[in-house]
Amino acid sequence: MNALLLRTVSSRLFWPVVMLLVLVLINVIAFPDFLTVTVKDGHLFGSIVDILRNGAPTLIIAVGMTLVIATRGIDLSVGAVAAISGAVACSILLGSSDPGNPATVAVAVIVALVISLVLGVWNGFLVSVIGIQPIIATLILMTAGRGVAMLITEGQILTVDSAPFKELGSGFWFGIPVAVVIGAVIFAVAALLTRRTALGMLIESVGINPEASRQAGVRARVLLFTVYAFCALSAGIAGLILTANQTAADANNTGLFIELDAILAVVIGGTSLAGGRYSLAGTLVGALVIQTLVTTVYTVGIPPIVTMVFKAAVVTAVCLLQSPTTNAAFAQLRQRLAARTARVKEAAAS
Amino acid sequence: MTATIDRPRAGAPLPTKPGRPPRRLVDRLRDVLTSPKSGPVLVTAVLFVAVFIVGGVRYNGFFSGQVLLNLFVDNSYLIVLAVGMTFVILTGGIDLSVGAVVALSTMIAASLLQTGWSPGVVIPLILVLTCVLGLLVGLMIHVFKVQPFIATLAAMFLARGLCYVISKDSISITEPTFVALAVTRIPLGGGLSITPSVVIALAVVIVAVWVLGFTRFGRTVYAIGGSEQSGMLMGLPVARTKVIVYVVSGFCSGLAGVLFSFYTLSGYPLTAVGTELDAIAAVVIGGTLLTGGYGFVLGSVLGVLVLGVIQTIITFEGTLSSWWTKIFIGALLLVFIILQKVLTARRR
Repeated sequence: MNALLLRTVSSRLFWPVVMLLVLVLINVIAFPDFLTVTVKDGHLFGSIVDILRNGAPTLIIAVGMTLVIATRGIDLSVGAVAAISGAVACSILLGSSDPGNPATVAVAVIVALVISLVLGVWNGFLVSVIGIQPIIATLILMTAGRGVAMLITEGQILTVDSAPFKELGSGFWFGIPVAVVIGAVIFAVAALLTRRTALGMLIESVGINPEASRQAGVRARVLLFTVYAFCALSAGIAGLILTANQTAADANNTGLFIELDAILAVVIGGTSLAGGRYSLAGTLVGALVIQTLVTTVYTVGIPPIVTMVFKAAVVTAVCLLQSPTTNAAFAQLRQRLAARTARVKEAAAS
Repeated sequence: MTATIDRPRAGAPLPTKPGRPPRRLVDRLRDVLTSPKSGPVLVTAVLFVAVFIVGGVRYNGFFSGQVLLNLFVDNSYLIVLAVGMTFVILTGGIDLSVGAVVALSTMIAASLLQTGWSPGVVIPLILVLTCVLGLLVGLMIHVFKVQPFIATLAAMFLARGLCYVISKDSISITEPTFVALAVTRIPLGGGLSITPSVVIALAVVIVAVWVLGFTRFGRTVYAIGGSEQSGMLMGLPVARTKVIVYVVSGFCSGLAGVLFSFYTLSGYPLTAVGTELDAIAAVVIGGTLLTGGYGFVLGSVLGVLVLGVIQTIITFEGTLSSWWTKIFIGALLLVFIILQKVLTARRR
């Protein structure tokens, strides 16, 4: 019993899950029908569904970010890539004669995703071939990317009127929001590819020591290209969802701060920023924690924008809990307690 | 910090070889330009002059002293920010919170002045608060071994959120002292003038140059950037210095916020979004190595001026739109990072 408890507590998923449960509990106490999911017109409705739908873009980006962080990298450019992807799609739709045509939408989506992929390859090139620190390499695209997005939209907010495109953001498939379905598919694909094949292990080995893994025959360069391209692709998808949700491409504000939310989700999920170990399940929980936090703050009646203070508190708490200093202090405390129990037992025996 | 150690390199002619002075000069020039210490700064200086000349050739009235001085007037807060960021980056850290702290300072200033506080109390209060924030971040980084990136990210969220706690809307500043500081021009003769903010910013630069170049603290900052381990083994006060560096950055962000509120005469929660990137870009373009250990405050000032002159050219051009600034800054950042990479690779 004790051993089981210890194993649960020391699990990396323990604190994030506890945090999620506490948040859900607060909500349930405040709003008894928080967990109720109702079916209207064959579509699911309810706070939980809202959390899943609004959290989907962050989750999608966070999945890509998890793999990048597993290689001891980081991708700051995801927000800018999301903005570019949305801008490209909207400008194609606006430029076409029939924006409501599913074929036009398909072309817009594909072009936007291909451009995102190219941007990811660019990041991968800077990191793996030129050898620039990831935080700086992606900082370049983060700075310039918003400029590029504005260039595409010519500094305006492009509003599109296209029913099939709108579906991406606010539509339903078999009663489930499309965004949630996309998020689930991407999560499943990433989990299957990295956990059912050796890919995940190879990514981790690059994160632990790129040089050693290269000498052991791992093609580190190709792997780095792959993770950055995947991360940018997921950012592009998230950008399309965000844009479709607003039915407008706003180069300045689409995906603003989303890179930080994504990194936060990854960190809350217990993935170390030092690379080498990652947990996609943790990222899922992390993204849910963030979105639940946002929704909670909103429904409790605090101005939604103040959530940043709460996010700061959560990041700080998680970082301090994960810190080696805290762990060492806990270990010492546990040892002292054990020693005291032993002494008490000894005294009782003699 | 400007003294260079002459080391004969393999294949290079001996420095004392007689009879070929021009070759030696070229050699020395190449040495200076390819040194990771002074090379990027010189390249930035050349770039700044080149961009300024291009501007002067293209536009009427660009070649005036006031255009040059306006670079300082418009960017005095960014200069102060870049100075603080230089300290942090020299130790190999990074501070993402500066933009949010600037916004928070303008919010605190605007809201307290609105309720009738005196500027003589408000400004010191802001500086103390931002120093405390820097101290907390520094302790988080040092004691709890949180990565600077994450710790300052948390500080950024906190500061940005607190802005909204204070107010969601813009608050204008009508306090006479602030207005006076905003409109005062210090004449320099010949029709040229600067603002008091420029004087403050330059004072900060001078103090920073002195601290980094001529004090034990400054040398420890460079030593930590070179190798924290070695610094520790040499018995340098690594822990204290690492924490103080973030206090310095906090102080500079607070001061930059005050200067920014002189400049805009208002507090708005969404001001200075992305300014941390401008500051980092200025420091990098100014030749400070992101891994720490090499760099000069004056380089960062030069970095700010390069960003400023690009902005000015875009303003003069009129048809070019503001997004080109971002693209140019990104491109410049790339060029300089690759330059750093090449220079440091050659030296190792």
